[in-house]
Amino acid sequence: MDFFRFERDIPFTRWGKFSMTLSLIISIFSVYFIATKGLNLAVDFTGGTVMEISYQQPADLNKTRQILSGIGMPDAVVQNFGTSRDVMIRLPAKEELAGGNLSETVMAALRKDDASVEMKRVEFVGPQVGDELLENGFLALLFVSLSIVAYLAFRFEWKFGVACIIANLHDVLTIIGCFSFFQWEFDLTVLAAVLAILGYSVNESVVISDRIRENFRKMRKASVPKIIDNAITETMSRTIITHGSTQMVVVSMFLFGGEILHNFALALTIGILFGIYSSIMIASPILLLLEIKREDLIKPVRKPQEEAVP
Amino acid sequence: MNRYPLWKYIVITVTILLGLLYTLPNFFGESPAVQISPLRSGTPTDTALLQRIEQALKQKNLAYNGTILESSGIKIRFADTDTQIKARDILDAEVGKDYVVALNLLSNSPQWMHHIGALPMYLGLDLRGGVHFMLQVDMAGALTKALDRYNADLRSTLREQRIPSAGIERERSRIIVKFRDEQAREKAMAEFGKTFEDLAFKPENISNELRVIASIKPEAMTRMQNTAVQRNITTLRNRVNELGVAEPIIQQAGTDRVIVQLPGVQDTAKAKDILGRTATLEVRMVDDDGDIDAALRGSIPAGTELLSERSGGQLLVKKQVLLTGDRITDAQPGFDQDKQAAVHVTLDNNGSRIFKQLTRNNVGKRMAILLVEKNQTEVVTAPVIREEIGGGRVQISGQMNSVEARDIALLLRAGALAAPMEIVEERTVGPSLGAENIDRGINSTLYGFLGVALFISLYYSAIGVISVTALAVNLLLLVGLLSILQATLTLPGMAAIALTLGMAIDANVLINERIREELRQGVAPQAAIHAGYERAWDVILDANLTTLFAGLSLLTFGSGPVKGFAVVLCLGILTSMFSAVTVSRGLVNLFYGNRKLSRVPIGGIKIPNKAGNKH
Repeated sequence: MDFFRFERDIPFTRWGKFSMTLSLIISIFSVYFIATKGLNLAVDFTGGTVMEISYQQPADLNKTRQILSGIGMPDAVVQNFGTSRDVMIRLPAKEELAGGNLSETVMAALRKDDASVEMKRVEFVGPQVGDELLENGFLALLFVSLSIVAYLAFRFEWKFGVACIIANLHDVLTIIGCFSFFQWEFDLTVLAAVLAILGYSVNESVVISDRIRENFRKMRKASVPKIIDNAITETMSRTIITHGSTQMVVVSMFLFGGEILHNFALALTIGILFGIYSSIMIASPILLLLEIKREDLIKPVRKPQEEAVP
Repeated sequence: MNRYPLWKYIVITVTILLGLLYTLPNFFGESPAVQISPLRSGTPTDTALLQRIEQALKQKNLAYNGTILESSGIKIRFADTDTQIKARDILDAEVGKDYVVALNLLSNSPQWMHHIGALPMYLGLDLRGGVHFMLQVDMAGALTKALDRYNADLRSTLREQRIPSAGIERERSRIIVKFRDEQAREKAMAEFGKTFEDLAFKPENISNELRVIASIKPEAMTRMQNTAVQRNITTLRNRVNELGVAEPIIQQAGTDRVIVQLPGVQDTAKAKDILGRTATLEVRMVDDDGDIDAALRGSIPAGTELLSERSGGQLLVKKQVLLTGDRITDAQPGFDQDKQAAVHVTLDNNGSRIFKQLTRNNVGKRMAILLVEKNQTEVVTAPVIREEIGGGRVQISGQMNSVEARDIALLLRAGALAAPMEIVEERTVGPSLGAENIDRGINSTLYGFLGVALFISLYYSAIGVISVTALAVNLLLLVGLLSILQATLTLPGMAAIALTLGMAIDANVLINERIREELRQGVAPQAAIHAGYERAWDVILDANLTTLFAGLSLLTFGSGPVKGFAVVLCLGILTSMFSAVTVSRGLVNLFYGNRKLSRVPIGGIKIPNKAGNKH
């Protein structure tokens, strides 16, 4: 089997203007949605209580809501979780109710109505802890970004580092934008997915950068856009197969991983798709924009050696 | 060209065998067990105890599938959970006074595996069910408490030294002492400086009023905070022991937080109740004049009560409380002049004065140190007072060995919480959800792996099968490594295992694509394989290192589920570098390295016409 054999290099760089515009639009929309709609942050970040309970028979959500209003929690969010028998209850953080006792109160009230109800999971996060988790999330994002730029600058050239991180932050922005637009719940596992994608998409840029460097040595007469086009085309088949494989695992997680991994897999899927797009269609135009040159990569010391190559 | 020296094959084989060995325990499953561990250090777990337990079980006709005697405790295996719960109740009645009797799950792996440290992976609470609490120590509360105590101590120092003052009060985090004349202030300053090492004193004049401002020194503050957290942890540990949890985790997190993890605990209400309980220490006098035999028969003299002693007996103790535990600043085990085990207790200023008075008035009599918890009062120790004891340093000695001395010191230190605590985070997972989560994690990994395996084998044919084998080795090594390190495996961690598999194949795809490329350019088969591996190495290293950066920062800044994910991600990257490059190369060399190849079995490739390939 050989899916991806291209007779000629695909002129990716020629589409640079188009793709940059497209990404700019996506980014603006993402920022717009994040600014206006905000994120549907999970209790991990906002503080509050989440309970997952399970009934023997399909749950009557309205009755559950009534019971909760009855014990002074009219602002509880009650919804199905996975199956019709599983119910998720979200309670906002309240000063007067210590997290510890809240879940006991709720369970006692629900048991009075239906003794068969089973408590599957309780998560309580105090507001001060939530703020810290959010802060640490941003710190991690910053730390990953900086260390990637530094490493690529050290291994290749600072221009690669900058191009790569802009492309990857674009992925991150798109994931967060999607979560904001669809109001999917953004919890700690999604944050982990976002950071993992940041590390993972860099692979793509590293592979292409490596090939661009090699091409600068090999194709001594070719123009810079030609060199970049060739590098992307040559690595195309690896890109598709690797991401296809990873995506297969992610789909498996989406299908079999249950509700908790649902949004995690979703974030990874968006990240993988946009990761491919951005390392090809964003990183390369930025490299051209930064006027990458042969001299940036081929150090003068190596020149005599390179001359010997036919 | 494509040959490995023998030692490389040996390294690969040994690594795989080790991986296999340490992965194996995960497949044996677990059986219900009861774990019996001593409540206090020094209580023996020996064959005598084992016999006692076995006898108790035989008496009730409960069948068990084996016992394990370790220095840390005894574990008894049962066939099903019903017998396990019955046995727990029987054993709790039998030895529950001195031992923690807890339900546990024991791996069914053979004993020798256990001895070489081959254990199943350590499952997190979201996979095995249980409670996770994060408690925050209320430092402001602890500080206020301390300042109030200093306030009283300063007042009594002034009174003792007969220094006239115009009032003393606490104002937020400082204490203000007012004086009428300069002489009194100077004398007080000198006296305070001698007695209160942890306080800083500063004279201040406000509108003709002479004042001394006392505040806690920063270094004393830090020390106080540390001891408060440490004391709370010790207290929590003692209380968790009562809950009968097999493998509790109690540890400090940050400067003022404590994490408590109780695997397998379902009754969260009870857990919260016990963790939040307050215990107090009291010093009272023993009523040795009272008739203990009459008291035992039921006629207790007025003003006294009958209390049980730790060592077993009963004592008549007066109801009047002379001193409470919050006057104890420290308690350490040690020895007395006669080289006998003793506990050295340090009291605070006010406590020392009370104690001095109390001992002066009661030489030759016995005092009782009591621990009041859950409305139950127990006599920790009841020493005879030999002489008046001043200076706030008390030595409790007598009928005890060094281990008991350590326990009493611990109890005196840890009887009460040093500072109030509140629960700031709770995660409870029911046992059914835990089991579901394990299935979910395994299914995600399994089907993901099968999908990738099928696709890669079809696409790259024989070399693809080798790549898939390397991927399987990666999974094996990763699970083995997680088992060896006993790193906590969570559901996000299982997701990371699946994800690492998807990412690890990247290295082999890079290599295989390189080989194909070389072949397209007309390079001979063996040379193509060689070049493919050599050229792909740099980029594999770069790609993995950048992902490792992401993993490491997740590990640094992440918490809870994120950390579980990050640990597996980082380990997965390390194992994949070995398996994808060294193991797959080893296999290729083994099968194809030593002979003439007319073509590389890497799937059909289109060799382009020369014209199209020209740059």
